[in-house]
Amino acid sequence: MKILVCISNVPDTTTKIKLTGDRSAVDLANVQWIINPWDELALTRALELKEGSGGKIDKVTVISVGDKAAEPTMRKALAIGADDAIRVDTAPGDAYAVAHEVSEAIKNENYDIVLCGIESSDYNGSAMGGMLSEFLEVPSVSSVSKLEIEGDLVKVNREIPGGFEVVEPQLPFVAIVQKGITKEPRIPSMRGIMMARKKPLKVVAAAAADALTSFTGYTPPQAKAACKMIDAENVGELVELLHNEAKII
Amino acid sequence: MSKVLIYTENFDGKFKKSNFEAASYGAEIAKQLGGEATALSIGNVADDELKLLGAYGVRKVLNFKNDSFADLDNQAYASVVAKAVEKEGAEIVIFSGSTTAKAIAPRVSVKLKAGMVFATIGLPKNLSPLTVPKKVFHGKAFADVVINSNIKIISLAQNSFGLVENATGIIIEAFDADVDTTFKTKVTNVEKATGKVLLNDADIIVSGGRGLKGAENWPPLEELAEILGAATACSRPVSDEGWRPHSEHVGQTGKIVAPNLYFALGISGAIQHLAGVSSSKVIVAVNTDIEAPVFQAADYGIIGDVQKILPKLNEAFRKFKSEN
Repeated sequence: MKILVCISNVPDTTTKIKLTGDRSAVDLANVQWIINPWDELALTRALELKEGSGGKIDKVTVISVGDKAAEPTMRKALAIGADDAIRVDTAPGDAYAVAHEVSEAIKNENYDIVLCGIESSDYNGSAMGGMLSEFLEVPSVSSVSKLEIEGDLVKVNREIPGGFEVVEPQLPFVAIVQKGITKEPRIPSMRGIMMARKKPLKVVAAAAADALTSFTGYTPPQAKAACKMIDAENVGELVELLHNEAKII
Repeated sequence: MSKVLIYTENFDGKFKKSNFEAASYGAEIAKQLGGEATALSIGNVADDELKLLGAYGVRKVLNFKNDSFADLDNQAYASVVAKAVEKEGAEIVIFSGSTTAKAIAPRVSVKLKAGMVFATIGLPKNLSPLTVPKKVFHGKAFADVVINSNIKIISLAQNSFGLVENATGIIIEAFDADVDTTFKTKVTNVEKATGKVLLNDADIIVSGGRGLKGAENWPPLEELAEILGAATACSRPVSDEGWRPHSEHVGQTGKIVAPNLYFALGISGAIQHLAGVSSSKVIVAVNTDIEAPVFQAADYGIIGDVQKILPKLNEAFRKFKSEN
């Protein structure tokens, strides 16, 4: 059995976002890059599954669409424990283009389970995993908060409002995962970092997939009015303000 | 004539506010384009419920009634949506921001080679080329996104447009798409809490953080939620500690919420937490530390120990509720 984990290379979530002078782009100079947090959870779960499979899962591969600048992030994924990596050599377009590139790169590889994070922390598109499943013409389950393998059966929990459903997908399938899928993302060990240098990172040519959307301009968020402070001895004032000023209760 | 198709999602045969909001939004775009808004319903929804969409500018509902569609299968549902788009000749497809929309819309996008923007926060800034606004980096910036394909898919962020009443004489049309009904995913069990206000539906959310110091200190917070008819939530450290379930975690990696009123009680306001709640209309913060970043995001603040302040809040809100 083989598992593929899709990785997006994103700015650290604590990054202060600056725009370029003409506001046509986000200024990404001097940004610290990380594995998209949801993808990191997906990778951690994939490794747990492999370790618990008694050899049944023989490989966890990570794939990312990006230029050479994405390689440190991919090496980190290898250091965390992925067996090998594939980089599709092009700057990522929109989710449609990225999903198309990934599907082209892996169509002859026969992965049994493909894991994608439910969104990326940069453009918050929430689309790539679902699009990939459609390009691959395989089933998908979204909002997955638990994934177990029992014999030949895969069981996942799909979060729904107020609870969850247990879903059994036919393989191969794409799981679009969210928080809960594992406890904590793994951090690379020193040994993992040493080993990652020797693990295969294959670069494949892009299929030149078209993007269907483009970002044309950005604006910073508006500054918020100062917080109105209320005396802790007089919380009745809060009720009054919420009722008469904010008109929210 | 330009046509707008609105995907609606029922919960045990009923629509939620987010569906009527998506309908209102789709109807407004149809009006701007000089076209018509049609809704699509999949599953078993009674005609009386379908007619409710007519209050928000929808002219016609395609009613795909099929018992094998009681459970969600992303592939099959996406096929039905794509067939409906083709049948209507729709140019724009509207989804809500729900998890089901997240599951289906990307598949529809690939089927129709339709560019998609997830979680737009308002009406198009431009109709040609279609340009819609959205948040990026979880609200640290806003972007305008152009959709360049012939068919366009937009999902609407919850609570970003509101309901616009615009009564129409609505027609219900049976819709029988020829799609593969052998699902490749099977739902084998459902576990659902009943009688609780759900986080994503809630107008008011009462959220607790590390300042509450332990799972045993939640009853007064739950009491406040009950008084206000609110949902309960928590910050990440709280769910990581196991004081509250993961499903209550709001923030960048948990649930993104947009209620009318959000109480951050004993939450310092890490940037990742604020990213998940910044779309709330009004934020109230209680914290001992005046320097806590939560006060940068809040509209109203109280400095103090949340455990001492909660009983006072409960008393004040209970009094208000009994008088109003």
